[in-house]
Amino acid sequence: MADIAAPAYRVIPIIPALKPGAMEGVKSFVANDKIQEALGFPGHLVEDWHDRAIAKMGELLGKYRSLKVYMDACVHCGACSDKCHYFIGTQDPKNMPVARQDLMRSVYRRYFTLPGKLFPKLVGARDLTREVLDEWYTYFYQCSECRRCSVFCPYGIDTAEVTMAAREILASVGYGQKYSNEIIGKVHKIGNNLGLPGPALLDTLQGLEEDVKEDTGIDVRFPIDVKGAEVLLITPSADFFAEPHIDSLIGYAKVFHATGTSWTLSSMASEAGNFGMFVGNYEHLRKIAMRIREAALELGVKRIVIGECGHAWRVAYSFLNTLTGAGDGADANDQFAMLLQKQLDQRYKQPMHICEFTWDMIGKGALSFDKEANDKHIITFHDSCNVARGSRMGDFAGGQFEIPRNIIKAVANNYVEMSPETTRERTFCCGGGGGLLTDDLIELRVKGALPRMEVLQQVVDEHGVNFMATICAICKAQFTKIMPIYGFDRRMVGGVHQLVSNAIRLGAK
Amino acid sequence: MASIEVDGKAYETDEEGYLTNLADWNTEVANYIAKTENINMTDQHWEVVNFLREYFEEYQIAPAVRVLTKAIGKRFGAEKGTSEYLYGLFPYGPGKQACKIAGLPKPTGCI
Repeated sequence: MADIAAPAYRVIPIIPALKPGAMEGVKSFVANDKIQEALGFPGHLVEDWHDRAIAKMGELLGKYRSLKVYMDACVHCGACSDKCHYFIGTQDPKNMPVARQDLMRSVYRRYFTLPGKLFPKLVGARDLTREVLDEWYTYFYQCSECRRCSVFCPYGIDTAEVTMAAREILASVGYGQKYSNEIIGKVHKIGNNLGLPGPALLDTLQGLEEDVKEDTGIDVRFPIDVKGAEVLLITPSADFFAEPHIDSLIGYAKVFHATGTSWTLSSMASEAGNFGMFVGNYEHLRKIAMRIREAALELGVKRIVIGECGHAWRVAYSFLNTLTGAGDGADANDQFAMLLQKQLDQRYKQPMHICEFTWDMIGKGALSFDKEANDKHIITFHDSCNVARGSRMGDFAGGQFEIPRNIIKAVANNYVEMSPETTRERTFCCGGGGGLLTDDLIELRVKGALPRMEVLQQVVDEHGVNFMATICAICKAQFTKIMPIYGFDRRMVGGVHQLVSNAIRLGAK
Repeated sequence: MASIEVDGKAYETDEEGYLTNLADWNTEVANYIAKTENINMTDQHWEVVNFLREYFEEYQIAPAVRVLTKAIGKRFGAEKGTSEYLYGLFPYGPGKQACKIAGLPKPTGCI
């Protein structure tokens, strides 16, 4: 780690010079048999991987009409080529979104189109060789599925979906990624990504109650497995464990306390994150999501609220309804989904983001703040990709951009925006999303953070910004790790509810 | 599987040098791993490493950074109960680096 230097900021941020093959040696660890088999995948690369991979691809093309459209629609206009943070930071041409997708598109043409079957060389079609398969593994695990490139694609090709499909095919032939698949295994076995067992969680929460009491003199509770609570809070397990994540957890607890809302965590569903999405596997996505329904039914809660986790909110906002029945759209024959529909209080959005919850309460006058408590901070906001481009908040377009900013402005006096080319739907990935937040990819993570660090540097220089707020556990962990390499203090990054926590008035109100 | 060799005995590790078997750990192994991490083990380092093993035995996971700082502060003096102090001892992060030396599995997730 120490020998990975931050790339120099670009003088003029234009398309960088190409360095072919620059990242071909950066490959995240492959999952071992134990990790693979726990998820029902083959333990190692199967002998007939070629045929099985093509068959799997055929299956996905049949199942996901979108994938077929994305394979056919690209005209290589190049609009996406310089929009990827990994391409900008690594200069490897295969990290251009169009080139990354073409790793799969060339194979698609060879096996699934007539010209590709007849005249492969003329249409850029390739056999799926072992080298091609290795290339898939390398470069589809250098994409964070952030979908920034998709914003600029005139055809609206969802490049993340191509990455997900590639990863699904790889895992199905025994070529899965250690980091993501190990984590999925831990969720199934222990209940959360970290593998934090119930007693450790309980101990941590008790410790937090003591800490908050010491800081504020007030008994703010961190309840877990409380039947009949109104709100079930589903939050990333990093919120129980890591810095600065835990400060936002304290913020949520204070909001619930100050508004007199009865709430609970669940030891069974002690994870908001859902890496099933990252590896493109519907069965695991659904199984992980199902824990939320199970916990909600068991605890009899009226509302489901999701903590600061980017991709969890995408899963919750976009998929939880059909996956579990939280929200509209569940299968009428799914008895438990119907049960959940009836149980949840439909006067509220289901599920709801913690930022929506807090903003609603601010609007109702149920919260008040000492904004001066945040005066030491000059704050900017980093939009997290899955929230920005995969979801929404509130009941107006762009709510996912406005609501977190509104909260920051309600609890602090000093707020500055970063360059509009890099915020809201055009936000850059932190460099560690989509299943890449692992030490074996640290070089990629450092380089991929370049465009965000460049514009952060601008507001630091021009406005003295000393705090970058974000609402994603991955963003928080990634920035804490890589910002020191760019010369920033790791404590410069934190959650929106960390700022809420600093300023909220408890008790009297 | 990768392995390390300490005093003529081989110990299985994962790709990043974390011990595979908790029971393989001993002070020589800890010192060896510390050296590969460019850490010179002092009494202060041992306080943290021993606490991590104790906590792991009870809870089957490493403590949260906050739990760790609080416990170290309580036990060994308030001046040691800060994350700056722990990062000073283990620059790559007390969570991951101290766990590695303590022979505990690497905590992974969104951390």
